[in-house]
Amino acid sequence: MKLHINGTVRDVEEPGDTPLLWVLRDELGLVGTKFGCGMAQCGACTVHLDGKPTRSCVLPAASVGDRHVTTIEGLSKDGPHAVQKAWLEADVVQCGYCQSGQLMTAAALIEAKPDPTDNDIDAAMSGNVCRCGTYQRVREAIHLAAKIRKGAAK
Amino acid sequence: MSAAVSRRGFLGQAAGLAIAFYVPLGSGPKVAQAAAEKGAKAAAKAVPLPPANAFLHIGTDDSVTVLLAHSEMGQSMWTALPMLITEELECDWSKVRAEHAPAADVYKFPMFGMQMTGGSSSTYGEFDRYRTIGATAKHLLLEAAAKRLHTTPDRLTVDKGVITFGKQTLTYGQVAEEAMKLPQPATVKLKDPKDWKVIGHPTKRLDSPEKIDGTAKFGMDVQFPGLRTAVVARPPAFGAKLVSYDDSAALAVRGVEKVVRTTDGVAVVAKNFWAAKLGRDALKIQWQQPADGGVSTAKQIAEFHDLAKKPGAIGTNKGDVDAAMASAAGKIEVDYGFPYLAHAPMEPLNCAVKFENGKVDVWTGTQFQTFDQVAVAKVFGVKPTDVDIHTMFLGGGFGRRGNPKSDWIVEAAEIAKATGLPIKTVWTREDDIRGGYYRPSYLHRVTVGVDSRGMPVAWDHVVVGQSIMAGGPMEAIMVKHGVDESSVEGLGDNPYLESVSAKRVSLHSPKTDIPVLWWRSVGNTHTAFAMECAIDELAHRAGKDPLAYRLALLEGKTRHVNALKLAAARASWGTPPEKGRARGMAIHESFGSIVAEVAEVSVDNGVIRVHSVTCAVDCGGVVNPLGVEAQVQGSVAFGLTAALHGELTFENGHAKQSNFHDYKPLRMYEMPVVAVHTIDSGAKRGGIGEPSTAPIAPAVANAVFALTGQRLRSLPLRLA
Amino acid sequence: MRHGLFVTSALAAVAAVTFGSLVSCGGPPASSTPPVPTREQGLAAWGTINTVLQHPRCRNCHPSGDAPLQGDDSRPHVMNVQRGPEGEGRIGEQCTACHGPANPPASYGEHTPPGEAKPWHMPPPDMKMVIVGMAPGPLCEQVKDPSRNGHKDMKALREHWDDPLVTWGWNPGLGRAPVPIPHDQLVAAFETWSAAGAPCPQ
Repeated sequence: MKLHINGTVRDVEEPGDTPLLWVLRDELGLVGTKFGCGMAQCGACTVHLDGKPTRSCVLPAASVGDRHVTTIEGLSKDGPHAVQKAWLEADVVQCGYCQSGQLMTAAALIEAKPDPTDNDIDAAMSGNVCRCGTYQRVREAIHLAAKIRKGAAK
Repeated sequence: MSAAVSRRGFLGQAAGLAIAFYVPLGSGPKVAQAAAEKGAKAAAKAVPLPPANAFLHIGTDDSVTVLLAHSEMGQSMWTALPMLITEELECDWSKVRAEHAPAADVYKFPMFGMQMTGGSSSTYGEFDRYRTIGATAKHLLLEAAAKRLHTTPDRLTVDKGVITFGKQTLTYGQVAEEAMKLPQPATVKLKDPKDWKVIGHPTKRLDSPEKIDGTAKFGMDVQFPGLRTAVVARPPAFGAKLVSYDDSAALAVRGVEKVVRTTDGVAVVAKNFWAAKLGRDALKIQWQQPADGGVSTAKQIAEFHDLAKKPGAIGTNKGDVDAAMASAAGKIEVDYGFPYLAHAPMEPLNCAVKFENGKVDVWTGTQFQTFDQVAVAKVFGVKPTDVDIHTMFLGGGFGRRGNPKSDWIVEAAEIAKATGLPIKTVWTREDDIRGGYYRPSYLHRVTVGVDSRGMPVAWDHVVVGQSIMAGGPMEAIMVKHGVDESSVEGLGDNPYLESVSAKRVSLHSPKTDIPVLWWRSVGNTHTAFAMECAIDELAHRAGKDPLAYRLALLEGKTRHVNALKLAAARASWGTPPEKGRARGMAIHESFGSIVAEVAEVSVDNGVIRVHSVTCAVDCGGVVNPLGVEAQVQGSVAFGLTAALHGELTFENGHAKQSNFHDYKPLRMYEMPVVAVHTIDSGAKRGGIGEPSTAPIAPAVANAVFALTGQRLRSLPLRLA
Repeated sequence: MRHGLFVTSALAAVAAVTFGSLVSCGGPPASSTPPVPTREQGLAAWGTINTVLQHPRCRNCHPSGDAPLQGDDSRPHVMNVQRGPEGEGRIGEQCTACHGPANPPASYGEHTPPGEAKPWHMPPPDMKMVIVGMAPGPLCEQVKDPSRNGHKDMKALREHWDDPLVTWGWNPGLGRAPVPIPHDQLVAAFETWSAAGAPCPQ
């Protein structure tokens, strides 16, 4: 099976019904995408599938098909992504384990909603669990990222 | 150092410069801790100078690497401890990095005599040691520079790692090699707090860059050629025992290599996680149910209520409680109930173990290196010093990764030993939620006699719940006369009760098959709720404002009074909240810090919504305001999960909940705005990782009462 | 092709119901054109449809508010999932973030999000087709009202029963109860109801 991951085509030998998450982590060594629950409850495994946030822990690798997978390792192509800059500025992370997933969802959010409201953030980010409780700074960072993104676009 | 270097090798990170700043160990160095905080005069007690070489490496490229004797699990010790060193070393913060120290005697925490992280103690407990290390290093670097420049250290100035003498400059990196050959100073003088440039200033985390691009390495991420993954079938009920198993189907799964016994269960070892998981699914195991049928929640609650009818082992006993109760003008008797709770850190437990040539390497996120080292040594029959613990980033700990029994680490060691292979265990979320070592279930029966003004004159407090310390290495210290201090902390010595002349706190510690452990803020998770809700009930009964009633009881407790007043003022206590909302408050002292919280809530379709939480925090002094704010916000979120959702229930020893769908964590849309106000009281420094956890549940419960008139006396809070 | 199939299956279904009732009366088929079902038969058929609609597999995606329900107990969907502007969820939490192109393999375990080849979604906000909390009469009126049912005439309504997200209800994956009334019985009931003039209970 061939998968388009972070801009390159990767050959994968694992059976097609293996969750994409475990192909990424165990076969391809892309361990930035995290295992948290295995049932799409926590969002730690969030990747982009053709730009859309998707839980890789419940997605059989074979069903990815020709769609393009972007993981946290591939989020920043030309220097840090706006959300990554904002995350540094707002000092968001604590233990950090959920943050790959938080960032992937946040990046998709500001791509689709360049100026997200708190309500948009509640809707977008409630599938990404953080047990350390970084939510408040995630929220601040998303607003900041939207500003950074707009600034860069000018 | 070998451990750290080899770990970097494994993780494929740049090894950096190997030249280490090195302070020769030896002949009786001493430090006089001058300039203690708040102007205390030089102090005094001579203590051995910590060996700076173990904690600090200065590269010829001027990089400063701080070795951390504690584990980074989100609490920002990774930043706070380097700040302490930087304050005294006067190095360039942009060149400071941190890494976990290996497990070794030199990294034992003076407060506890072992290498560990817990009790919210890392920053304040290392406040002197890490500053002293920085001061020692600076002293030696300046001496070396002075020699090179043919002058004396006192004629040098230093700023951000650059030493200046007239027009000449040298960097720390340029003199590090010479400095490490110099003899250790006899004493070092620490800075006067008024000269601090780092401590007390908002400082961004050092571990952010690697945690935002996916490169930070958690135990889960350890990979190296030959490493297998093990997934373990553990007893489905606490107290159940393995009878027999059939592994033929498991071994037929593609990628499964071996199936071995562990002490409690059966491990499937495969080339990767998914194969091991499928292999475990294919195991056919016969378990024997516990002889007593196992714990069932409803039955246990009834048993706890029976026990609560009589006093247990006496923790606090002052005055004649029974007589005072009998002659009181009035009385309230209330029960508060608390369920078992799992820690559910985002990173499920895992542990990699490799045994080779008589040496063991362990990669995991742990809070208890010393215990783990000894436990693993025992499994392999080697010396503890033959066990290298490579502490990885912890994807949350909350107490679960600090187990004196090292349960998940011993299990991994057993599998590595039985298979002769390097293996990494991976727990699923279900394994984690059902895996035990929970915050125990408790019942508090609180009987309070009041005088004619409604003020307490007799306080009888019975606690029922499993002991965390019993049967463990801390039992000798923590369990006194049958009372586990951690089960009753915050009760007998609660400042509300200081003026109460007759008071009794007693404890029943029933034993069950359910393994229990500390959980962020430990006993305070339930004692603060019982105290703060009872006080609120008393205030209501007395017809007094909850703030005024508390302040009356806390008269003379300046720190408490100030915290309450600040939280109340910032939350606009006394002014009407938005329509449909109400406020409630709580205050609690734990880990040396005092936190008051005011919660503003509403009820929407029977669902409690917490809109804002205003916190006033007195932790003595703040090292990193950004870190303190994050810990308070995080603690509130953690405590809110328990207040609104957290509950494990059992049937015949089997935990009914299994994953985040039925063991629900707080989510973004439920997160209130948490405002954090710190009080620089100058009191003895306390912790910050835990103390804000306990007050949130009672603050919310008291707010719900103010709004609805319903007293919710058990957690999680559920409206009738 | 689809139209041809629809006609065939519809005729067969009607035949099954009407012939069935005649056979039960013991008489031979009267003619090749089935008789028009009575209003009573139509109302009884609606009862069957109503039962299906109120099953969690159907009602969970047709809530009264904007948050879907989940599970056999129709509890509110966790994680603040909302209908969104197109009925596909909101940015960051689109239905398809978790609900993939098929039910996950059984090896993924219970409680994993089910899926279908047709992207998972709810009715759009301008045509919510609420089922939850609706009494049989008003629900029936709503179902046949094109201004409220997504502009569906009887033919389109009939086709909706073959929508992959609807037939999923009979194959809902591990740990979920399928719709208890067989799909062909539902279709037959619909045809009867439709043929009877789509009567609604008062």
